[in-house]
Amino acid sequence: MSVMVDIRSVHKSFGSLQVLKGIDLQVRSGQVTVVLGPSGSGKSTLLRTINHLEKVDRGAIHVDGTLVGYRRSGDRLRELPEREVLKQRTRIGFVFQNFHLFPHLTVLENIVEAPVSVQKRPRAEAEAAARRLLERVGLADKADAYPRRLSGGQQQRVAIARALALEPRLLLFDEPTSALDPELVGEVLDVIKDLARQGTTMIVVTHEIGFAREVADTVVFMDDGRIVEQGPPSEVLDRPRHERTRAFLSKVL
Amino acid sequence: MSIGTAVTEAPAPPEPEPAEEALRILPQRRLGQWTAAAVVLVLLALALTSVVRNKAFQWDVVADYFTSASVLRGLWLTLWLTAVVMALGFALGTLLAVFRLSGNPVLRAVSWGYVWLFRSIPILVQLLLWFNIGALYPRILGVRTVDLFGPVTVAIVGLTLHEAAYAAEVVRGGILSVDRGQIEAAQALGLSRLRRWRRIVLPQAMRSIVPPAGNMLIGTLKGTSIVSVIAVQDLLYSAQLIYHQTYQVIPLLMVATIWYTVVTSVLGVAQYSVEKHYARGSERTR
Ligand SMILES: Nc1ncnc2c1ncn2[C@@H]1O[C@H](COP(=O)(O)OP(=O)(O)O)[C@@H](O)[C@H]1O
Ligand SMILES: [Mg+2]
Repeated sequence: MSVMVDIRSVHKSFGSLQVLKGIDLQVRSGQVTVVLGPSGSGKSTLLRTINHLEKVDRGAIHVDGTLVGYRRSGDRLRELPEREVLKQRTRIGFVFQNFHLFPHLTVLENIVEAPVSVQKRPRAEAEAAARRLLERVGLADKADAYPRRLSGGQQQRVAIARALALEPRLLLFDEPTSALDPELVGEVLDVIKDLARQGTTMIVVTHEIGFAREVADTVVFMDDGRIVEQGPPSEVLDRPRHERTRAFLSKVL
Repeated sequence: MSIGTAVTEAPAPPEPEPAEEALRILPQRRLGQWTAAAVVLVLLALALTSVVRNKAFQWDVVADYFTSASVLRGLWLTLWLTAVVMALGFALGTLLAVFRLSGNPVLRAVSWGYVWLFRSIPILVQLLLWFNIGALYPRILGVRTVDLFGPVTVAIVGLTLHEAAYAAEVVRGGILSVDRGQIEAAQALGLSRLRRWRRIVLPQAMRSIVPPAGNMLIGTLKGTSIVSVIAVQDLLYSAQLIYHQTYQVIPLLMVATIWYTVVTSVLGVAQYSVEKHYARGSERTR
């Protein structure tokens, strides 16, 4: 199976705060990687470097064989012009903790915005595709609603449909259920599980251990800007080798 | 029938009091409010009758001039001058706001400096300076400055530069009111910079821009009357031209006053519907 995401020696600081201290991670096509770790360990920052929402200080990230955000020029990496970065991003879907739907646009307008304005798809075709996606996330009847009229769970499902509308090769989820009331978590996880069954390549940052156990091919545990251990859920979740992993799991379980 | 019998008559057994939860509920007594309203109404009526009965207002003269050709020409100039100044002022102001929020320190400094300078100079002083710009630069690009800077041009330039400084702050505030996550979501979807601004940020910023912009519009409408000092024939100056000849000062000022009030009211209604438009998708529509 080919490697979809290849992260090598990624370092990142905010001022004097070192947030990523050399991350190496490979994700194979069609696999689900769940990233666990305490708050502040750098999970979001890592995820954001993968679609270049965050620049890196050192290291390289390839998605589907393409270097993200930079171009090799001699013995250096030069940051790409924004236009190129934007093009790369359309192949990487990102789902945020707080949904970030556009509140002044209807659900349908939220979903077709990027296909129409970035990929130049005909509006009618994009809308038909959007309605199919809404059906897939169980919200066919909400196409004309404004996001604020929806529950958190529904909003997050719309956000997933919006990310899928660009037909990305890779989906990144940053704590997709952390902003939801407990009874709404299940409906969002169900949509993600469904995507996993269909072979979508995903990296999911979450605290839902049950979800990780059920869906993940690989579980990655991060602490203090480093990957402490990684492996199949049966190892990392049930027989963690590191004390820090054990301590973290005992707190969230 | 003696007093004694009346006193010793046994009182009727009291009716059993109904329970409190069964009683009818009345609002607070508002005697103070009623009195205040009555006093204010009486004062208003007195003022109104004095205005109507006072011959010096010369309401017949007001009626004569209200739709006279020169007053209407002045009104028209006031209206289009306001529209042009608002449009140019907000265009420049938006640019300044974007500069101010950009990552480029030079652009940020320029924008800050502009707002600082043009908010410091009184608009009257600025108009007079532009009016006399020929003293500084007798010729610009080979053309005589006085030909280039006629009174109307001076009015447009001066008012626009002034307006832009305030518009920049209003637009900047609006942009800052948009959640940073909105821009990130748009970036993650690959939307171009222009598209992010036009489609995502500005429409949401409009919700906080429209109310102060409405105030500015009304302020500008009345503020244009300052151009009468450089002999631009706006609504006020047209009225002044007439009363300099006829000495009917008060009635002609009344003509201008009523027109300003009418236009301001129309603009208020327009603002309401614009606000409603930009409240799309928000819970609070009022
Ligand atoms: N834009 C930023 N500027 C400064 N510090 C940041 C920024 N983003 C994140 N950080 C800091 O980096 C650290 C890691 O953050 P984050 O990646 O969000 O962790 P996690 O998602 O694991 O909770 C935190 O200490 C956070 O405060
Ligand atoms: Mg996080």
